[in-house]
Amino acid sequence: MIATLQETKKAGHGGAVIASLHRASKNFGEVQALRRVDFGVRAGELVALLGPNGAGKTTAVKLLLGLAKPTAGTVSVFGGDPIEAEVRTRIGAMLQVAKVPETLRVSEHIDLFSSYYPKPLLLAETLALAGLQEIKNREFGELSGGQRQRVLFALALCGDPDILFLDEPTVGLDVESRRQLWEEIRKLIARGKTVLLTTHYLEEADALADRVVVINRGEIIAEGTPAQIKAGTVGRRIRCVSSLDIETVRALPGVIEVRRHRDGLEIRAAEAEPILRELLMRDPKLSGLDVSSAGLEEAFLVLTQDRRDAREMTR
Amino acid sequence: MATASTTFAPGPWERPLAKTLAIYFKEAKYEFLTRLRLRAYSLSTILFPLMFYVLFGLVLNQKDAAVGGTTITTYLIPTYGAFGVMGASLFGTASGLAAERGLGWLQVKRASPMPPFAYFTAKVAIGVIFSTIVVLLLLLLGVTFGGVHMPLLDAAKLVGILVAGSLPFCAMGLAIGYFVGPNSAVATINLIYLPLSFCSGLWVPIMFLPHLMQKIAHLLPPYHLAQLALGVVGAGQHESSLAHWEALIGFFLICLGVARLGFQRDEGKMYG
Repeated sequence: MIATLQETKKAGHGGAVIASLHRASKNFGEVQALRRVDFGVRAGELVALLGPNGAGKTTAVKLLLGLAKPTAGTVSVFGGDPIEAEVRTRIGAMLQVAKVPETLRVSEHIDLFSSYYPKPLLLAETLALAGLQEIKNREFGELSGGQRQRVLFALALCGDPDILFLDEPTVGLDVESRRQLWEEIRKLIARGKTVLLTTHYLEEADALADRVVVINRGEIIAEGTPAQIKAGTVGRRIRCVSSLDIETVRALPGVIEVRRHRDGLEIRAAEAEPILRELLMRDPKLSGLDVSSAGLEEAFLVLTQDRRDAREMTR
Repeated sequence: MATASTTFAPGPWERPLAKTLAIYFKEAKYEFLTRLRLRAYSLSTILFPLMFYVLFGLVLNQKDAAVGGTTITTYLIPTYGAFGVMGASLFGTASGLAAERGLGWLQVKRASPMPPFAYFTAKVAIGVIFSTIVVLLLLLLGVTFGGVHMPLLDAAKLVGILVAGSLPFCAMGLAIGYFVGPNSAVATINLIYLPLSFCSGLWVPIMFLPHLMQKIAHLLPPYHLAQLALGVVGAGQHESSLAHWEALIGFFLICLGVARLGFQRDEGKMYG
């Protein structure tokens, strides 16, 4: 179900690969943070690097930013090495940071970072894009968690870079702040930017990404559109109250699993539509229909478990 | 986002010099604002030496008391000046660097196209600027309330020496900032700074210290800075000022070397 790299390339955006890891490994002492990872980000797409904590997401971003050197393999951003200042002028980065100088105002932080880039956005543009107009004169230390993340986001975009690397941009944010940041990330894509973000929320990858790369224990374990990723694991969940026999439903093509759920049925399937057609045709009295993407977090759990386990669970 | 944009124009890229200078300036300007608004830094580094001067120079002292022919109020300007310079330089560089290095902020800056040396230059600039402020305020206090008389040229010389003397201590601060954790920086600096000041004769005039301590003081950089400054008001130990300069420059180079080791160690961690 999960598309191979080649298939995704054919199906995906037409842009050229502008940032890539090629057989990149990274060891920290005994720990292998990344193992021969291959992946690329194409111009204009939003790729989510999805994985649990400690999967190697941040390491991958650090390699792409030139903040760490691969133990083996190569890193290429805009055809060069991201250590070069010239490459860096085309990159924006939002990293996880424990402490930011708290006595500088929002607009001052942005002014300073803008000065590093050859053609930065106007301060007003950056403030608008990150939704900071009303707090531009506040000191960083006075801001809420969501506002702080938006300032870091503003620092990533103020230089008008072609590609942005956002490492866990919404970690620790409440639902509202998270959605607000999502909106702002979408605005970037609308402006023709390329974005690679890391997240451990499948929901976030689903809401934003054109393509999802699932990483666990330093290896890429799945890659595809959000829909493909979900379908490849547990697919869609259909709930309904029906008089149909559970065995009959199980025999329908495409059904993965059927079980009783309260007074109705719960059906898991790769795709919902063909099954719905069958169900409605066979049982005109069918009621209480509910179709959802089967437990996103559950799908993610399945994906990130040991691959052998994952195979057993999906079969 | 055409394919053309994925390759470079031929030839190495360089930021125009004016632009680079503008970045250095902005980096220093915002570092200054950051530190100025950080009361823990700005108030303590400026007020402590002034407070000591007021206490021991102006309040607890008869106007005619003298150290070897120099009035106390005059004598204490070079010594508390050196004390203030040390504090402003060490705290201005080490605590910020240790915190920003340890808590991820330096990495955010390193991921940007910031010229790396703009960051360090800004830290040093702040040490120098706050040192200048401390020394000027001390002079102002002395002249206004302490009956200090000093030819303008001597005053300028005194300020010049003390401000130049902030450089080795800024380098020391950078070295410390690279080798201490974000939370232990302030404690570490105090542990070095306060005993060093005392043993160098910055609190109690050096000749009032036991003979052995006077000998040891020759090994301490602040002693040499204080002696150079005291020389301006004719209250030095009458040693060769060249030797004092040599000691300070040697110390400066050693600290730069250690800071450089720390920088390389960090880069190794980041890039290795």
